[in-house]
Amino acid sequence: MSTAVEAPAVVARSVTRRYGDRTVLHELDLQIRRGEFVALIGKSGCGKTTLLRTLAGIDPVDGGDLTVPPSSTVVFQEHRLLPWWRVWRNVAINLPRSTARARAQSALEEVGLGDHAEAWPVTLSGGEAQRVALARALVREPELLLLDEPFAALDALTRIRMHGLVRDLISRHRPAVLLVTHDVDEAILLADRVLTMRDGRIAADHRVTAAARSRGDAAFVALRAELLAELGVVER
Amino acid sequence: MSTPAITAVELRGPAVQTSAPRVAPRRRGLPYKVISWAVPLLLLGVWELLARAGVIAPNVLPAPSSVGTTAWRLTETGELPTHLWESLKRAAIGLAIGGSLGLVLGTLTGFSRLGEAIVDRNIQIVRAIPFLAILPLVMVWFGVGESGRYFLVALGTLFPIYLNTVLGIRQVDPKLLEMGRVIGLPRLRLVRTVILPGALPSVLLGVRLALTNAWLALVIAETVGAPAGIGYMATNAREFLQTDVIVLVIVLYALIGLTTDLIARALERRLLAWHPNYTGGTK
Repeated sequence: MSTAVEAPAVVARSVTRRYGDRTVLHELDLQIRRGEFVALIGKSGCGKTTLLRTLAGIDPVDGGDLTVPPSSTVVFQEHRLLPWWRVWRNVAINLPRSTARARAQSALEEVGLGDHAEAWPVTLSGGEAQRVALARALVREPELLLLDEPFAALDALTRIRMHGLVRDLISRHRPAVLLVTHDVDEAILLADRVLTMRDGRIAADHRVTAAARSRGDAAFVALRAELLAELGVVER
Repeated sequence: MSTPAITAVELRGPAVQTSAPRVAPRRRGLPYKVISWAVPLLLLGVWELLARAGVIAPNVLPAPSSVGTTAWRLTETGELPTHLWESLKRAAIGLAIGGSLGLVLGTLTGFSRLGEAIVDRNIQIVRAIPFLAILPLVMVWFGVGESGRYFLVALGTLFPIYLNTVLGIRQVDPKLLEMGRVIGLPRLRLVRTVILPGALPSVLLGVRLALTNAWLALVIAETVGAPAGIGYMATNAREFLQTDVIVLVIVLYALIGLTTDLIARALERRLLAWHPNYTGGTK
């Protein structure tokens, strides 16, 4: 804990969140280091989206301590672009006016959509719109990037391309990342650590080795089977 | 005719999850247009023929051509432009008063619970009164002066704009609001960039409905003791059994209604260029 580099970006201690009499987050502990990519998987209703919303500051905390960096952004499952603004203005939203246009343009070029700056969001495909949403998040240079199943609504081929793009972007910008997903393969291929969540708590924590990141490797198959078993899924 | 031709332009832009389902394309093919205009013109011709043959008496329904002649005569004497100008002025002033009141009150109700508690029930109570029932009271209040006519038009335009403003603000996608908060938009910025543009389609619909109401209110207001205006023209013509003038006034009301609707639609196309249902794929 001596230097700033080693200080974790996210620290959650005994974080609790209730909806009525239902406890969604149950004294949850979590640490994410700076520049670390953490994937969170779990069954529907296990509280993973609530955890993400709590980290984003959208949902309040009912108990425990939570420290997050001052700058964090979310990419949601839906692109959530303002349909009445052209693409570049959506990316530039709430940036200082003088540099907004230029920064939006370079962010769009980073996601391969430099020539779509003047387009209306409605004319974009699902994958393109999600890339714009990614540009909108990264242009703010967040210290914490929260991804709420951002690829779930995309077709399989687009999703593979998005995985590559996200990996490139994140290795360049180095934010701390929390990816909430249903897709075990996606979690292994993208993350440094994969967490599984059960009953409002982190149930298991797996470090992903370099070998496990290629689908053909035995380490990948083993980790995948282990994670699926933790989620209670039996593959036949 | 059956299905109108669908152009490639209109099919562009794949379905995005958050956008509304696309309605049928607005542009129609040529045969549809020709037929849709030919039938009313044909009916007009039949009317002209029947009137000339003496089947319809001129004091019941004058021939279209004689209505046209009357229009020309009254334009030359300057009578028609004067009355038309009076009516347009009344509609514009009444709409400006009622419209801005509706917009302000609607915004108040749409934004804050307190605003809703203060404003909404009063509006709903006043709205429940049939429009014509107020007329005697208006005459007692304002006499035969202009202010009573402004009042009637304002009253008729306030409600549609109020209701549609409230509805528009309520219907703004909560997911977009959440995104705005995550991005860190200050409250006033959130209103300007997310809430008001999101409510705009609904507000513009309110304006269109208000325009219809404005003319309705004007017909009533002008047929009761107005010293000028096209409604006055009609009332006056009734005294002297000038059926051609009465028909002319009716046609004028229709033309004005059509024109204002066209203007309102042009406004929609301009302001809602981003909206999939209002555009043939603007880029």
